[in-house]
Amino acid sequence: MMGGAWPWLILAALGAFHGLNPAMGWLFATALGLQRGRRGAVFAALVPIALGHACAIGLALAVVAVLRLAIDPAWLGRAAAVLLIGFGLFRLVRGYRHRVRVGMAADFSDLVLWSFLMATAHGAGLMMAPVLLALPQTGAYRVPPGGDPALHAHAHLLAGGGLGASLALGLLAVAVHTAAMLAVAGLIAWTVFDWIGLAVLRRGWVNLDLLWSLALILAGAGFLAADLAGL
Amino acid sequence: MALWQPDPTFYPSARMAMAAPPERHGFVALLNVESPQRPDALAVVDLDPDSAGYATIVGQLDMPNAGDELHHFGWNACSSALCPYAPHPHIERRYLIVPGLRSSRIHIIDTKPDPRAPKIVKVIEAEELARRTGYSRPHTLHCGPEGIYVSALGAPDGEGPGGIFMMDHESFEVLGRWEMDRGPQYLAYDLWWHLAQETLITSEWGTPNMIENGVVPELLLAGKYGHKIHFWDIRRRRHVQEVDLGAEYQMALELRPAHDPTKTHGFLGVVVSLKDLSASIWVWHREAGAWAVRKIIDIPAEPADPAMLPPLLKGFGAVPPLVTDIDLSLDDRFLYVSCWGTGEIRQYDVSDPFAPKLVSTVRLGGIVARTPHPASPEPLNGGPQMVEISRDGKRVYFTNSLYRAWDEQFYPDGVRSWMVKLDIGPDGGMTPDPKFLLKFDDRFRGHQVRLEGGDASSDSYCYA
Repeated sequence: MMGGAWPWLILAALGAFHGLNPAMGWLFATALGLQRGRRGAVFAALVPIALGHACAIGLALAVVAVLRLAIDPAWLGRAAAVLLIGFGLFRLVRGYRHRVRVGMAADFSDLVLWSFLMATAHGAGLMMAPVLLALPQTGAYRVPPGGDPALHAHAHLLAGGGLGASLALGLLAVAVHTAAMLAVAGLIAWTVFDWIGLAVLRRGWVNLDLLWSLALILAGAGFLAADLAGL
Repeated sequence: MALWQPDPTFYPSARMAMAAPPERHGFVALLNVESPQRPDALAVVDLDPDSAGYATIVGQLDMPNAGDELHHFGWNACSSALCPYAPHPHIERRYLIVPGLRSSRIHIIDTKPDPRAPKIVKVIEAEELARRTGYSRPHTLHCGPEGIYVSALGAPDGEGPGGIFMMDHESFEVLGRWEMDRGPQYLAYDLWWHLAQETLITSEWGTPNMIENGVVPELLLAGKYGHKIHFWDIRRRRHVQEVDLGAEYQMALELRPAHDPTKTHGFLGVVVSLKDLSASIWVWHREAGAWAVRKIIDIPAEPADPAMLPPLLKGFGAVPPLVTDIDLSLDDRFLYVSCWGTGEIRQYDVSDPFAPKLVSTVRLGGIVARTPHPASPEPLNGGPQMVEISRDGKRVYFTNSLYRAWDEQFYPDGVRSWMVKLDIGPDGGMTPDPKFLLKFDDRFRGHQVRLEGGDASSDSYCYA
């Protein structure tokens, strides 16, 4: 399995990739800035958008953490990989079907909700699952990978402060990812608002949803391949 | 199939859409008046002045059934797909959604790869529409960020309420009734919106039973046709406010909101006033935290010899202008007003929506005037009706028939149908293109015109 700094770099890289996608929020921020005629509105909108995104990633992380207590991480990884491939294919076939009940008059909480729903519906959290699994185990008492799942759960319970450390590590993972997402989204939103203008959308807005679905499939396939190769 | 880049006909703002290349083709709904057994059709008109077929029909698609009464229609997707809260711009503007106003049958027509050879790919029958929505007589449609919104005049039994239903923009399935709470709204006609204000607006004509056998004079004189407009919360699908123009103002039909999303006004055309047969244009706007309307233009009736008038109008000794369509250029500057009765199209500068200036008028046809086109001395009947403006604002197209049963009441000699193009000067001014007088085959009457790539009433924009 991957170790060291790699999971953190991938977390940040995925954050940047999410930030790049207009459907994840930078375009909404720019639009609200233009509608309200203020640069400040661009940045004000990015805060709830980042918060909603962080909630979606946090939820995925929490699900992984809970499942990890009950399921052997090796099998959990494989299941996540299969789920990623399936979800990627589903997105490719299904096309666009969001009926998000948020519009141009969105306030702070609407934007949090919108961003959370968009990230979740796009599988932003799911895309993180293999990386989250690769984060180092916490707690003093460890069971070797592949050991009895019951022992894992037991280990977490026994490890003094393990839960707290786990939580801190999880929050750090969400923060790293979201910071990268926010940095990229903010830079693009601001650049488009102040310099480039929206005409760039006409050609520059390549089908990131297509790339995204392929990324989901590749992430899943890559994980399975590495797993089979015993890496 | 999803595109790699956004559809090239999608523009973030109306201002950017004005730089679009000139349209090469127009699609025109054709009503068959030859026999009840013959179907309506969709015509493809060549609009490229450099083409040998300019101003002629270069393609025609017959509908699979007779008796549809094709009327208004629109695209599966448009610039609203770029809206930031529901973005999906890699869908193609490709399919025309073409309802039959009388049959309630909805045709999905593919305009690619060859716009001159459109094909029907799906037909939704009236029974399915009724089963899924409780509605009938689909009328106006707009491509919204989340799907296609369609207004319907009433219920399958011909009574009300009329309302709005939604269709999926990829599968074209009828998704269901749109309203969660319709409040006092009963009559329906047009729909459009201010997306940035999350406000949808609807207007009123009459129930199917009030219109399908012609205008009913008793109902009209009693002020029973629509005279209100309704404002809705798009997100919550709730009725928010009703504004009544007064029962004197009969048939509050076409709604044309400003294209610039930072503006909060729009224009409404009213067909006839019971007081003096005048027509009027109103503007809606925000005032003290609510929507308000104000009449900005009165177009008076013109005195006429009763001998020249159809039975319905003989007693009045005047021709009503009958404003049956209006259209707003993409820069929100010029409002075009069709006076189907007097046979006149008017161009107003509405840069200041509360102080419109009449810039130019062109007369063609008319109940009494029968004004000929500069290209031909032959008198024309019918009058300017469904009007469409090119995205760059330099060309205006219109046809001359209204609605079968009503055509016969106002033009009892039978509307002989034509389509005309006007060239527009940079600061206004309308000139009929002498090369563009398309006379439809006598079996057909032209109704709505849609321009390939979009026009001034096909798209909505989320960015200023």
